[in-house]
Amino acid sequence: MSVPVIDRGSRPGQESESLVLANVSRRRFLKGMSLGGLVLAVGFQSTARAQEPKKYGADGMPNGWVDNPLVFVSIAEDGTVTIVCHRSEMGQGVRTGMPMIVADELEADWKRVRVAQATGDEKKFGNQDTDGSRSTRHFFEPMRRCGAAARTMLEAAAAERWKVPVSEVAAKNHEVVHGPTGRKLGYGALAKAAAGQPVPARASLRLKDPKDFRYIGKGELKLVDALDIATGKAKYGIDTRLPGMLYAVVARPPVLGGKVAKVDDAEALKVPGVVKVVQIEPSPMPALFNPVGGVAVLARNTFAAMQGRRALKITWDDGPNASYDSTAYKAGLEESARKPAKVVRNDGDFEKAAAGAAKRLQAEYYIPHLAHATMEPPAAAARISNGKCEVWGCFQSPQRARDLVAKRLGMSFDDVTVHVTLLGGGFGRKSKPDYGIEAAVLSKAVDGKPVKVTWTRDDDLHNSYYHTVSVEHLEAGVNEWGTPVAWLHRTAAPTIFSTFNVDAKNESPVELGMGVINVPFAIPNVRIENPEAIAHTRIGWFRSVSNIPHAFAVQSFVAELAAAAGRDPKDFLLEVIGPPRVVSPATLGDTWNHGESPESYPVDTERLRRVIEVAAHAAGWGKQLPKGQGMGIAGHYSFVSYIAAVVQVAVDPKGALTIPRVDVAVDCGPTVNPDRVRSQMEGAVIMGVGAATLGEISFKNGRVEQNNFDSYQVTRMTGAPKEIRVHIIPGEDYSKPMGGVGEPGVPPIPPALCNAIFAATGKRIRRLPIRDQLTV
Amino acid sequence: MVSLDINGKRQNVDVPGETPLLWALRDELGLTGSKFGCGMALCGACTVHVDGQAVRSCITPISVVANKKVVTIEAVGNDPVGRALQAAWVEHGVPQCGYCQAGQIMSAAALLRRTPNPTDAQIDEAMDGNICRCGTYTRIRAAIKQAAAKRGGA
Repeated sequence: MSVPVIDRGSRPGQESESLVLANVSRRRFLKGMSLGGLVLAVGFQSTARAQEPKKYGADGMPNGWVDNPLVFVSIAEDGTVTIVCHRSEMGQGVRTGMPMIVADELEADWKRVRVAQATGDEKKFGNQDTDGSRSTRHFFEPMRRCGAAARTMLEAAAAERWKVPVSEVAAKNHEVVHGPTGRKLGYGALAKAAAGQPVPARASLRLKDPKDFRYIGKGELKLVDALDIATGKAKYGIDTRLPGMLYAVVARPPVLGGKVAKVDDAEALKVPGVVKVVQIEPSPMPALFNPVGGVAVLARNTFAAMQGRRALKITWDDGPNASYDSTAYKAGLEESARKPAKVVRNDGDFEKAAAGAAKRLQAEYYIPHLAHATMEPPAAAARISNGKCEVWGCFQSPQRARDLVAKRLGMSFDDVTVHVTLLGGGFGRKSKPDYGIEAAVLSKAVDGKPVKVTWTRDDDLHNSYYHTVSVEHLEAGVNEWGTPVAWLHRTAAPTIFSTFNVDAKNESPVELGMGVINVPFAIPNVRIENPEAIAHTRIGWFRSVSNIPHAFAVQSFVAELAAAAGRDPKDFLLEVIGPPRVVSPATLGDTWNHGESPESYPVDTERLRRVIEVAAHAAGWGKQLPKGQGMGIAGHYSFVSYIAAVVQVAVDPKGALTIPRVDVAVDCGPTVNPDRVRSQMEGAVIMGVGAATLGEISFKNGRVEQNNFDSYQVTRMTGAPKEIRVHIIPGEDYSKPMGGVGEPGVPPIPPALCNAIFAATGKRIRRLPIRDQLTV
Repeated sequence: MVSLDINGKRQNVDVPGETPLLWALRDELGLTGSKFGCGMALCGACTVHVDGQAVRSCITPISVVANKKVVTIEAVGNDPVGRALQAAWVEHGVPQCGYCQAGQIMSAAALLRRTPNPTDAQIDEAMDGNICRCGTYTRIRAAIKQAAAKRGGA
């Protein structure tokens, strides 16, 4: 998900055209890393110039990319190679994948590679907003160049030492070898001399032939953090401990826009261990990424702070959103979705074609709010000393945390440092650093003493940035064979942009480009409409975002049309997609295209068809299943990847649902770490199953009704599929564009699951979550 | 002041006896491997062993465990079952974000101690109290089976 415009605060140099690194960066790097024997000199950075044509990919992101080996690579005299990962690790494996790319081109021995985590500093590292399933596809090439440049400098240093032409030497597995004589020098021995070498021009770099890759595409390396995780050593934001630190929990307004009318903290202050009670000022609307305000209790440990909060007596002034009621809101969305609305795509003439069709069908789908419920709730620590603020936390976008902390404290951007810990899940929630700002505000309130803010699970569920709530209304006119000739899709959902602009009431091009307007079906008459919807809570992005409701509706409706036509759902889906062809996003009205170039990333229906066919074949589509079992299929294009899923379900006579097996086929182009592609698909299947079967955040009187994992249920082991098989479409051609992996596995799962339930039982689920709808 | 036996070491914590073991471990003793996820024994991220049994430390007051042996993720590798599980977790690439995995391993270790060769149903039952939001369940099952096999179970 691309981040909407935010106030980036004051930031020296932000407007300058050229962001080329100065030598000062090198000194900072040396000081920061202090690993000794540092290699390599000044490097390069992409520049953002005004008046240029629209930029795509990493070029189109704030602060672009950096491929400077100085920034990312250091080599100690003992040969230890340290590679900086500038993207946040939240389970997608980026702290293994990014350094693996550099190490491969560097010809580094993985056993001698260490990974260091970058602080939030996009001028130095390039874009760090770990979001939108973008890390690998945006940084594969810069990281390759980074490794290749470092390798070239080591080779040059060795040639100089031996006084031989550089063409006679080659780096291989952590040493440089002189071909004619067989002499060898290790990387440690060359580190200092390599630092004196000029950085090779980008155009002169020799990238490895992919057939020589050691690590890329192999999936054989273990995760860099696996052992620390398995032994309890891994550090998350919530694990931050600083000398003299106070522990805080915050009572936040239960209704968006609410504030404290009255607070009595006398009892709270009597709780043993409680040190202080501090009010946090509410932020004006729009919500942005600001803290919602409230009353903080600071104590000597988290439990004392929680007990102190329980003892607070607060009267809230709820404000106008206190009327938010999910039942009433659903009725309102349905009413909007049943009337003509703003047309956002119009091909042919839907009304005329539908009027002349053999048959008209319609269906409506409801998908509620969801909360990310990361297992690590939001948490961050901060301290201020000598006019400088340091923040530690689980941030998907540390640069944004840094900008907003500086702005809130009225400090210079350069005086704020944001340290990135591991993230105990992200899923989009931790793109919003409100908890980091809370920690900084509270530290300031106690004269800069270190303060850690921990959100409890109810805090997390009550004050999230929720996945939108959606009614999807679909109509089709079909011909005498049941094939759709006219397609109407009305999507009604409060927009994420309401969090940034209180007047935003329509889905943005970003949301519409997530599987509603850019559906590449071979249907001549298509009309997509988007009624207004007013948000009453913070709407945010949740893993795969608007693709969830859109794919649920579209892929369910196609299956409903197949059933009405008496056709096989897989064959029918392929027919609706139509023959293999390349479709420009522009012809679908998609101006966003996940931020990627429409030329490099057109919609390729051959790839979509292939994943559907591969998933179906692998699952044994069409085979006889016992009574009460069924298979369902769905295929969806998102984050410039193509994913299809076949879900097999068993529904017992009482309506209890189990999922014996799921087959997922994924075409994300060439892969860096196939094992992490698999693990992301496995996780996406389980998150999709959870959203379909259990997940719902609902509001009454403006307040979230769910408090913890008892009322906001997520998939547990017994509800998870017994077997998940992931089939990766081979993508050995590394010149081809890469697709996203973290998010696109989710959207096909709820419709494939509900299509399977239909096959097994004849019952069509149009309202999520399924919960007890199957119970008889 | 409450005296606790944590990972074979006697330690004193100067907090009220009602304080949950989780917060004594994390905030007072600096053992942050046990995680907070719900505070109500709903997610299992805080699982530790008390006299060999898997216990949710987030709802267990320290006064209750004062005379018992507490083992956390930081020390479960001293035990062959714990060590086999940790190795299997790395081998299978189980963790994604990793946050719940300490609790998962503690629950799995308690399972394998009483049931060295568990069936799928026994694994599901023993592990159902441990939520993984990243969705690593199929690999958790596989890793438990591998650890059981290496311990001579299967």
